[in-house]
Parts: sequence; structure tokens; C-alpha cells
Amino acid sequence: MTDDTIGAPRTVPVQSATFTPSVNAEIRRAAATGIYDIRGGGAKRKVPHFDDLLFLGASISRYPLEGYREKCETSVTLGTRFAKNPIQLDIPVTIAGMSFGALSGPAKEALGRGATLAGTSTTTGDGGMTQEERGHSKKLVYQYLPSRYGMNPDDLRRADAIEIVVGQGAKPGGGGMLLGQKISDRVAEMRNLPQGIDQRSACRHPDWTGPDDLEIKILELREITNWEKPIYIKIGGARPYFDATLAIKAGADVVVLDGMQGGTAATQDVFIEHVGQPILACIREAVRALQDLGMHREVQLVVSGGIRHGADVAKCMALGADAVAIGTAALIALGDNDPKYEEDYRKLGTTAGAYDDWHEGRDPAGITTQDPALMARLDPVEGGRRLNNYLKVMTLEAQTIARACGKNHLHNLEPEDLCALTMEAAAMARIPLAGTDWYPGKPGTSY
Amino acid sequence: MQSFDLEAEGLRALNSALHAQSATTNQTVWDILNPKGAHAIAVGLDAPIEVNVKGSTGYYCAGMNKQATVHVHGSAGPGVAENMMSGTVVVEGDASQYAGATGNGGTLIIKGNASSRCGISMKGIDIIVHGNIGHMSAFMAQSGNLVVCGDAGDALGDSLYEARLFVRGSVKSLGADCIEKEMRPEHITLLTELLERGGCDAKPEEFKRYGSARQLYHFNIDNAY
Repeated sequence: MTDDTIGAPRTVPVQSATFTPSVNAEIRRAAATGIYDIRGGGAKRKVPHFDDLLFLGASISRYPLEGYREKCETSVTLGTRFAKNPIQLDIPVTIAGMSFGALSGPAKEALGRGATLAGTSTTTGDGGMTQEERGHSKKLVYQYLPSRYGMNPDDLRRADAIEIVVGQGAKPGGGGMLLGQKISDRVAEMRNLPQGIDQRSACRHPDWTGPDDLEIKILELREITNWEKPIYIKIGGARPYFDATLAIKAGADVVVLDGMQGGTAATQDVFIEHVGQPILACIREAVRALQDLGMHREVQLVVSGGIRHGADVAKCMALGADAVAIGTAALIALGDNDPKYEEDYRKLGTTAGAYDDWHEGRDPAGITTQDPALMARLDPVEGGRRLNNYLKVMTLEAQTIARACGKNHLHNLEPEDLCALTMEAAAMARIPLAGTDWYPGKPGTSY
Repeated sequence: MQSFDLEAEGLRALNSALHAQSATTNQTVWDILNPKGAHAIAVGLDAPIEVNVKGSTGYYCAGMNKQATVHVHGSAGPGVAENMMSGTVVVEGDASQYAGATGNGGTLIIKGNASSRCGISMKGIDIIVHGNIGHMSAFMAQSGNLVVCGDAGDALGDSLYEARLFVRGSVKSLGADCIEKEMRPEHITLLTELLERGGCDAKPEEFKRYGSARQLYHFNIDNAY
């Protein structure tokens, strides 16, 4: 450096938009440990979502319903196609499948209590059905998963519906993992595994491999349960048109469609962030499959993945869903990532709102853990009350929007009630861009 | 003895009739005529009855069986005795893929050969095969016993947990984390009982035992494939 360059203007340090601090930190972490990042939750990256849609509301051509006085129904019946006993729900917001093992027993109980108070269903997960869950859930959907952990015909018959899990939005094509820290004696016994080992859940079913087999598997489950239970098929947001088509053809009563924002108890971060599609891009494709087969509303569609409030519920209904499922939002309602535990989150090297190491079993909120001391932090009665409150608010919000659109039932919301804020959302949801009557790919247009 | 013509009366009527049997039923023996490869025959049974299927079956015969003895006088399609909880299932002929998959208990006896993925994810069932088994058998098998009097195909016991595998003949290859283990006296005793239960005349000393090396029990990147 010469004297004449000292004090001269210099290039301002520029951080790379590609190699961001968090990317670099992950590279350093991977280099140090040799292990990919495992975490819980769903995609954290920003993707086109329901925020990119707006309701138009009423106008001269459509008149609204009075906000607090005129009826706006919220009930939904799931499983009307073949099941002798379809599920009647008071609200179209259900609780998604989450396993005992991933969640504590009291957390499962709280979900059951809250769902029952709100008049909706909750769902088991990998690991079988617990007494807490069955005892406190008036309507319980029993997941039939590749691992078949805890699967038995008695619980199958005690369930109100059966959900065959083919895929999950957080990891379409992937299996599960439950690390040894969470394999307590009870979890191990239910799964018939040694205590304390890292447990893997298979990525595909052990006794069927394709849609033709699936049809026969459904026949077997119906025969075992006397054709009483609705059969759901859960798919991740991979190829929603084809997957929904095949599920319907295989005999599903209900298709459950989970986008990439849907959570998982634990899988690789690279899987969560890079495999699968946002739920916004999936709903219309699944609805198209239902319509092409003449099954829309006969086979019900439940969608999930990043649903947070009543506006999201209303948008899903307007796009053609019959109901939604929430997982992450329900856990937050119970207390997950609550700032009141900030000190504990910091001890774990994270902060409230960002905590996602659910697989480690050290959840300060006592939800994603099997540690007795941490589990005791969640009062299942209070948790159930909070979840019920939250579900009621979501429903009221959805009703508010539906009335503003002149609808006396949430199911009457329709795509014509919406506009899109971005080209991406317009294309994915096939909703006209705000201020236009056009969306990319609209039939009759040249692009 | 009850005789049921499946072709004439249909699957729903069959399973309804079998499900209606209680622990104290007097209708303890059922013959199922004309199965003709139908799927889901005698699934979800939960009574100490004997069901004789007079022919070959399709998928999932005796699925989720409890207590009952189901005897297939023919060959069985995929998933015979899948997720069985207790009782006994005997297949006189061959069994297709996934025989005994995820079974929690009871005994599955296959007098012929079993195809691929026999005993996949088994969780306590005992499976005794008089003939050979196909590839990927006992994949992620958690507990129970798999006895093979013939040969085993590729990748036997891949990602095995605590199930015990006994093979008399050759093993084409072992799957990840599956190793041959010492046959100790307690295993000879166990195998003697299993062979007797399965109606096999093989000698336990002719078998080799395979089990988990337990190297995959805790996640380690160096074990990744």
C-alpha cells in the first residue's frame, strides 16, 4: 500500500446473496461434523403462499351477509363415498397426524381435548394410538403408516377413520426418524424396538407397492373394519394431479394433501427445503383430478401445510378443499416456541420462534419431548383449552370472510371470490391477477 | 363344520360371518370353498376358530389375524398373514411377496417357498418356511423368528433390529448390518421348538443364525449408503 492510497475511497464490503451468513454457517457446521442437519418443522424458505391471494368481498353484483347475525355454516362430513359411518365435524379445521413419540403423551391428550371441544378430529401418527389420545378425542383418525409401529386390529376398530399415509409434505418420498433421546421405555414398547436406539420409519409401505396394490389394501382394511370407517389417503405435495387421481381410483373416501410447509418431527433440512411443492401450487391440481373423475365433493379433499388463521382456511375452501388440517399451528397454540421460554431456548443455542430441534427431545415447552420434567410443563387441560380457543378464532375468521363474500356456508366459497397478488400465485392457484381477468396459462390466452 | 362357498356368497358375507364368531362359538371349523385367488379372505379374525381355505388365495389372506388358525390348501398371494397378532396360518403351497409382513405374533408356516420381502418389518411373529425365500427378506425386521429350511436370496436381514434369522441353506447375500452369529445352545433349543411347530424334519444343527450387528442403531454418517 502506497501513501497515496491511504484514505482513498475503497470498495464497500459486500455480502454474497448466494453465500449468505446462514449458508456459510451451515457449510462450516457440515465441515466440522460430517452430518447433515436434521430438524423438525416444515419449509422455512419463503414460497408462494396464501398471503399472495386476497378475497374480493361483496360488491353490487354480490351482496354480503350480516357479520354477526346471519347464518354461515361451518360443518363438514368426511368419508361419504363408501364408509358406513362418515365423520361429521362442526368445523372444517382438523388436527393433522403427529406421533406419540415425537410428541409427549400430555401433548397428544391436549390435542384430543382441544379438537373435541371444538367439534373436530385429531389424528394419531407413527407410533400407534395412545389411551390419552383415544380417551380424549371424540373423533380420532388412525394413521396407517409404512412402519406399522403399534398397528393392530383392535385400535383400527376403535378409530373413527383410517388414514393411509403415502406421503408427507415435509418429505415426500422420505421416511421418518426418531432419535434415541426420545425412545423412552413406553415409546420403545409401543414400537417393539430396543429402548434408546435411533429409530427409522420406512419410506414406503411393506406390503404394497403401487396403486393397484393400494386398492386391494383398502379392500382389506374395509373388510377388517366392516366397511364402517372412512379411508383417507394422505399424499405429499409431489404430483398432486396424478397422486390424487390414483388415490381416488384406488378407492379413497378422502384425500389428504400436504404441502411442503407441513411439518415433520424430524428429517434432513435439505429434504424439508428442497423436495415437494408449496400447498398453494397443489390444491387446484388435486381439485382438477377430483373434477376430472366426477368426484369433487364426493371424495373430500383435506389440505394442510402452513395454515395459520381463518383467512388461510377460507382460501383453501375457496380453492376447492372441503377441510384443512393443522399441525405446526396447533403446537404453537399449545405453547411451542413461546417467548416465555426464551431463556431456555437461548441455552439450546436458539431463540423462540426458531426452535426446530424437536428430534432432540429437549423442548422447553414440553411438547416434543419424552423427558418427564419437561413434559410436566404442559398442562393438557389448559393446552386443550388454548387449542379450542384458537380453533374457534380460526373458524370465526373464516366465517367473517365467507359472509363478506355473501356465502352462507364455508363450502360455498369459490375461486371467483379471489384475486392474486403475484404472477406466481396467479399461475399456481389459477386465480386472476389482481386488477385483471387473466392468469398465466388461462385457457384461450396465448401465454 | 361350516361350509362357505365364497364364489356364491361373496367376500363381505364371508368376513362378516367369521367376524361374528366369539370365543365361545360352537362353529369352530369353517371350510371356504372356491376361493379362486380372491383377496382379503379371512382378514381381521378374532376368535379361536379353524378356517380351511380350499384353494389358492389372493392378497392379504388372514391379514391381522388374532387367535384363529387359517389353513390355505393352495398357494397364497402377497401379504399373507400381514400384521398377524396371534394364531396360526399355514400355507400348503408357495407364498408370494411380503409373507408375514409386520406380524406381531402367532406362527406363519409356509410349506413351499416364499417370495421376496418375507417377514419384512416383522414385529414378533414366527415364520417357518420349508423351502426358499426371496430377496430383501426380513428387511427392518424388529423381533420374532424367521426359519428358512432352504436358501435365502439377496440382502437378507437388511437394517435388521432384534429378529432372529435361521437359514439352513445358502444365503445369496446379507443386507446392511446383518451378520452371521454364533449358534448357542439356547438358539438350538429355540430352533428345535420352531421346527417342531412348523412340522419340519430338519435338524437345528444344520442351520446358521443371522442377526443384527447393531451398527446402525445410532445414526452415524459413516454408516450411510
